[in-house]
Amino acid sequence: MSFDVDAIKKDFPILEREVHGKRLVYLDSAASSQKPEVVLDAMDRVYRDHYANVHRGVYTIAEEATQAYEGARAKVARFVGAPSSSELVFTRNATESINLVAYSWARANLVAGDPIVLTQLEHHANVVPWHILAAERGVELRWIPLTADYRLDLSNLDELLDGAKLLAFSAMSNVLGTITDVRELAEAGHAAGAKVLVDACQWVPHAPTDVQEWGADFVAFSAHKMLGPTGIGALWAPAELLDAMPPFLGGGDMIRDVRLDGFTPNDLPWKFEAGTPPFVEAVGFGAAVDYLEAIGMDRVRAHEREVTAYALDALERRFGDRLTIFGPTDVDLRGGAISFALNGIHAHDVSQVLDEDGVCVRAGHHCAKPLMRVLGVSATSRASFYLYNDTADADALVDGLTHVEQFFAL
Amino acid sequence: MPGLEDLYREIILDHYRSPRNRGELAVPPAHKVEGFNPLCGDEVVLYLDVNADGVVEDLKINGQGCSISQASTSMMSSAVKGKPVAEARKLIRAFKALMSIHESKLDGESDGSDLAADLEGVKLGDLEALQGVVKFPVRIKCATLAWNTLAQGLDESENPAASA
Ligand SMILES: Cc1ncc(COP(=O)(O)O)c(C=O)c1O
Repeated sequence: MSFDVDAIKKDFPILEREVHGKRLVYLDSAASSQKPEVVLDAMDRVYRDHYANVHRGVYTIAEEATQAYEGARAKVARFVGAPSSSELVFTRNATESINLVAYSWARANLVAGDPIVLTQLEHHANVVPWHILAAERGVELRWIPLTADYRLDLSNLDELLDGAKLLAFSAMSNVLGTITDVRELAEAGHAAGAKVLVDACQWVPHAPTDVQEWGADFVAFSAHKMLGPTGIGALWAPAELLDAMPPFLGGGDMIRDVRLDGFTPNDLPWKFEAGTPPFVEAVGFGAAVDYLEAIGMDRVRAHEREVTAYALDALERRFGDRLTIFGPTDVDLRGGAISFALNGIHAHDVSQVLDEDGVCVRAGHHCAKPLMRVLGVSATSRASFYLYNDTADADALVDGLTHVEQFFAL
Repeated sequence: MPGLEDLYREIILDHYRSPRNRGELAVPPAHKVEGFNPLCGDEVVLYLDVNADGVVEDLKINGQGCSISQASTSMMSSAVKGKPVAEARKLIRAFKALMSIHESKLDGESDGSDLAADLEGVKLGDLEALQGVVKFPVRIKCATLAWNTLAQGLDESENPAASA
């Protein structure tokens, strides 16, 4: 079976709508993806037919809801190559997953002066939790710089990692599209004695993931960027590590016993899941990975690679030097998020005029202000491609940008 | 459905392409004030020279941003240059009313009577071209950035001790 993007488009009800009388061309999946019918249906079915709070319920529908929740966990765990679903903690999103590591593992293990190594291309989700920790604990933040061609500059890596307790980085930049070499970095981090956290928020939706092959210690991602619902994300870490960590949030579900003089935490993974979990969303998450798995992540990656190459080429041919791409141009080194600046026109104006053509692109700092400062810009426009985008969508972008240029011509 | 021509009126594009009063003034005697829109990185730098008679004798602007924020800044500079501070403040209030921001109301809904009260007989002239921005709620902050920065600058230059 070849990759049938027309058939895939039909699975996403929103892609049938129009804005301003134009076909909706959704090029903002790096911010959040659209949802296929099967995900919407799966969640709807739980609410309609199997809805009751999970865990400890004795009656039939409570047992059904629990099985659906734990079944979804097993699917997501398998999807990223986790050896056991007990190592897959559901969170609200990737941001919460990273905060879980910062509040639980880091606060139990790091002291003043301990170095944490980050990169200059991180999303705020992998920056601010560490700033908070630095302010509270006095840990030292170090930054892996970028090369002129928008990749990580690893020439001083050994020095940066000297004495480091944690190396935390994104597997794929949400701004530049840059793919980082997770295995190589994880090895270097471990060789220096650091734990390794991977922000896989932009990777897991777009390419095959095997957390064991990566060899990292923590892997964070969000459902909403991979066809699933909002309100649920995941953290993977090996059981020994999770077992040794103190709980994060306290409350129901995360305990085995509570007494007047204390509590005993629950087993993994529930130890880190306080309160009623987003179990309906988990079922949607499970349906999303079923959908992606049926297509095959290697084919998702191959398709996006093709469309991204087409778009980069079309942009270059239409606009030449008038358009600056912030990111690698070699599609082997990048994903489908294309940040650009057009002819001195502000990103907000670009996005506003494109909207008139039904083309949705994001404008702004993309929650990566330190990176914007490195790039020397205050905002970029970003078009990002996913499995439901085709070359016609890329053409719509290029034609829309011509309208933008005409509109703001000096 | 509002169209692009509601937002990008010709006079707005003209101010965007040829911004008025760009530059800097020596500080002191001028007062420098900066405004940021953290959401989009827009930045306005305002140099204000208020003379002993309380008149905005000169002002210059710098900074970067989208066409709406740049045009609004340029139009603001033309509108308040040479005006007494009290009149500049009335203009700020009137402009915010035009943007459906009424200091006395919480819900931001415009019902005309407020607009009339806030306008206090102020003539907005060219500035009225920016009214189309109201139909694009995310862009209102772009249009008001210069005016909030001006308000801050007037406060600071009238009360230099507080800003030191
Ligand atoms: C690289 C990266 N990390 C983290 C996040 C945060 O994801 P969420 O908002 O779902 O927590 C994002 C989302 O934009 C991202 O692109």
